Amino acid sequence: MFEAAPINLQNEQVQNRFRLMFGGMMVILIIPVVIILATLVIKGWPAISWTFLFTDPTNGMTAGGIFPALFGTIWLVVVSLLASVPLGVAAAVYLSEYAPDNMLTRMINLATINLAGVPSIVHALFGVGAFVIFFRFGTSILAASLTLAIMTLPVIIVSSWESMQAVPRAFREACWNMGATRWQTIRTVVLPNAIPGILTGVILQVSRAAGETAPIMFTGAAMFLPFLPNSVFDQTMALALHLFVVATQVPDIPESLPFGVALVLVGIVLIMNTLAIWFRMRLRGKKKW
Amino acid sequence: MVNSTVSRAKIKIEVKDLSIAYGGHKALGPVNLDIRESEIFGVIGPANSGKTSFLNAINRMDMMRTNMNVTGNIRIDDIDTRNWRNVYALRRKIGVVFPLPVGLPLSVYDNVALAPRLAGTAGTQAQLDELVERCLRRAALWDEVKDRLGHLGSLLSGGQQQRLTIARALSQSPEILMLDEFSIAVDPVTTMRIEDVLKELKSEMTIILVTNLVQQANRLADRTAFFLNGECVEIGETEQLFNGQAKDQRTNDYIGGKFG
Amino acid sequence: MTAHSAIQPTHVTVGDAKDKNWYIDKSFEILMFICGISAIIFVVGIFLFVFKEGLGFILGDMNFSEFFLSQKWRPTSLNKATYGILAMVAGTAAVTGLAMLICLPISIGAAIFIAEFAKGRTREILKIVIEFLAAIPSVVWGFIALSIMNPLIINVFDVPMGLGVLNSAIILALMAAPIVTSIAEDAFKAVPDTYREAAEALGATRWQTIYKVILPAAKNGLLSAGLLGVGRGFGETMAILMASGHSINIPTSVFDSFRALTATIAAELGETAVGSPHYQSLFAIGIFLFLITFIINMTADFIVRGVRKG
Repeated sequence: MFEAAPINLQNEQVQNRFRLMFGGMMVILIIPVVIILATLVIKGWPAISWTFLFTDPTNGMTAGGIFPALFGTIWLVVVSLLASVPLGVAAAVYLSEYAPDNMLTRMINLATINLAGVPSIVHALFGVGAFVIFFRFGTSILAASLTLAIMTLPVIIVSSWESMQAVPRAFREACWNMGATRWQTIRTVVLPNAIPGILTGVILQVSRAAGETAPIMFTGAAMFLPFLPNSVFDQTMALALHLFVVATQVPDIPESLPFGVALVLVGIVLIMNTLAIWFRMRLRGKKKW
Repeated sequence: MVNSTVSRAKIKIEVKDLSIAYGGHKALGPVNLDIRESEIFGVIGPANSGKTSFLNAINRMDMMRTNMNVTGNIRIDDIDTRNWRNVYALRRKIGVVFPLPVGLPLSVYDNVALAPRLAGTAGTQAQLDELVERCLRRAALWDEVKDRLGHLGSLLSGGQQQRLTIARALSQSPEILMLDEFSIAVDPVTTMRIEDVLKELKSEMTIILVTNLVQQANRLADRTAFFLNGECVEIGETEQLFNGQAKDQRTNDYIGGKFG
Repeated sequence: MTAHSAIQPTHVTVGDAKDKNWYIDKSFEILMFICGISAIIFVVGIFLFVFKEGLGFILGDMNFSEFFLSQKWRPTSLNKATYGILAMVAGTAAVTGLAMLICLPISIGAAIFIAEFAKGRTREILKIVIEFLAAIPSVVWGFIALSIMNPLIINVFDVPMGLGVLNSAIILALMAAPIVTSIAEDAFKAVPDTYREAAEALGATRWQTIYKVILPAAKNGLLSAGLLGVGRGFGETMAILMASGHSINIPTSVFDSFRALTATIAAELGETAVGSPHYQSLFAIGIFLFLITFIINMTADFIVRGVRKG
């Protein structure tokens, strides 16, 4: 009906140019990562085998596998989640379901933001000062895991809080009007519907905890240990620290070995993330109201 | 004649100098009124006149809302609701039906069984089954859902969810039933069926019927209060109000459809 | 009354006594409250414990003007140990600044693309990629700096060493990009659609809308995204430790090696005796880092909240 006025046509061109420009920036962001991942895979893949994953390092860590490090990382992540998930979810329950709109709540929110912003090496110093020295856990899985737990706590609080806020308030009101206590309402309506979202957040924290190095360096992870840990009071090797060690501290190492370790670490992270995304997709597909 | 029988009835809820404010903004009050046992007490008035706030105050929902301030007294069975040590037990005595139906994301069965389960009065499985069926029947929903009690209550149609809400309120075995514009989400035929149920329930419980449909109050309520802009303009026998014998001209105008 | 009981066989008269449910509820409320304030406890705890370990140094060997103004970090010197962090502060600041110069335009551009241009599936996939990016561990980035970026910089620029400011800044920019992008995208999303509709109703193109309406409206959110990027730069440890070359001097070119505050702690803490002045001085650096990131985070939060009020 109407012909495009020349000015609009020109605007259209301008718009397309900008679309291209911003798209280009997106590509700039992605390309290096694709190259890096490709390099990791190309150089690291030859190192990876069942023996690599399931045997001990040998020859001063210049050969052999990474089993103790892999095993230790699982220990650290599991113990840290045992501490951070209950605490983080409970804190989120308080913030989402109980907290009045007052000064204290505002302070909790600020503290959560700050806790997330504290540098990982400062968390490490705290871990040394508090868990290793003050509580006399020594350098141990327990001290390292608790340090990791405090580091991952704010993200668990925030993601759990978000999942609880996504449950409509009307459900809570309906429950309260039935004479349900706050806790009964949380138990029957809020938590069951927030759990998938909470789990997604927790899975993402697994990958984060597995990759952290600085907080565990001085609190419980060892560069090399000739035995596997037996309890939470033992030290352990860890994958992330192992990568640092083989990349910087071990001379005359075949190139594929550190690349192999890096690839395993990135692999764990990507698998966890994929799992979380799959979980989230499933969650979105399942409509409950 | 009507007057003498009603005045002998026991007072169930006694409201004295009730005022409600949100933040600094006044929503209702002061209101003084009595609601008698086993009557249907209608509350009419245009939007934003404080009707819903009134119900929330009776149910002590101000506790759950940081910005809702309630002053004055509400006495139920001669006990000030403010002095209840266990507010949850108080709410268990009071069933509520909202304007927008809320089917909880539980199965239809669990929706109705929830209140007795939480209160710890569920009894045996057979007793609970019986209670669920009875409540669903009373809410005129049983025939539609009896074959899918395991389906999510939150995915029923709006009208079905509203009747589910009524069934849920009945499952509490309430002494007081409060309905807040229940017919908004329900078709006219179902509305009439529910109205019949309410007439039946009257003998068992005190019913507070908040409605924006003036004629609904006329059909059901024994006595009616007219709220306007946070003021309780008039309380009277429904018959009198609707016969044009209201004392306040605004009541006559509202009932007569001049505004609202 | 008979009708009543016949219809409600399970009816139990409820009094106002506190029952089991009431006590359970109260207990959980207290428990949740304790967990709820845990974040405050930990932030205060972190400060106190780090402060406690560093206190001996602050009261003893520390000389404030030397600490902040000297470039000489020689804690193990036998004659006279000196503790100056100026070179490290300068190095950290230079790298963070350069990293932000690289990261901010790209991230904000990418955020504009995701928020305003990309649709449906593309948008979903881009967000997933960004999330993947954010998840790559810091030590892996350090390894990339060491084994991929280092030879690359040596070859491309023909310099003797590829570890230093440039390498660290690129790595830091890549690490901060996903975070800055997603916060910037949030800032764009927070601009109400009515603004866009109003602008488009006036005949503005998408770009004009972005430039004249959305960017100004999202200004504070973008500022706080940048600030959080800076906070990340100051706090990053492993990647910078591996990418910086770790020699103490104030960098004068982008190829110079430098040393970061965080990396100093990471590299030296393991070699010090608990309670020694050197050990305590590392905790003093920790307090400094804590305070800097604390101020940055508070400012970023304040800026964002300022918008919401207005």
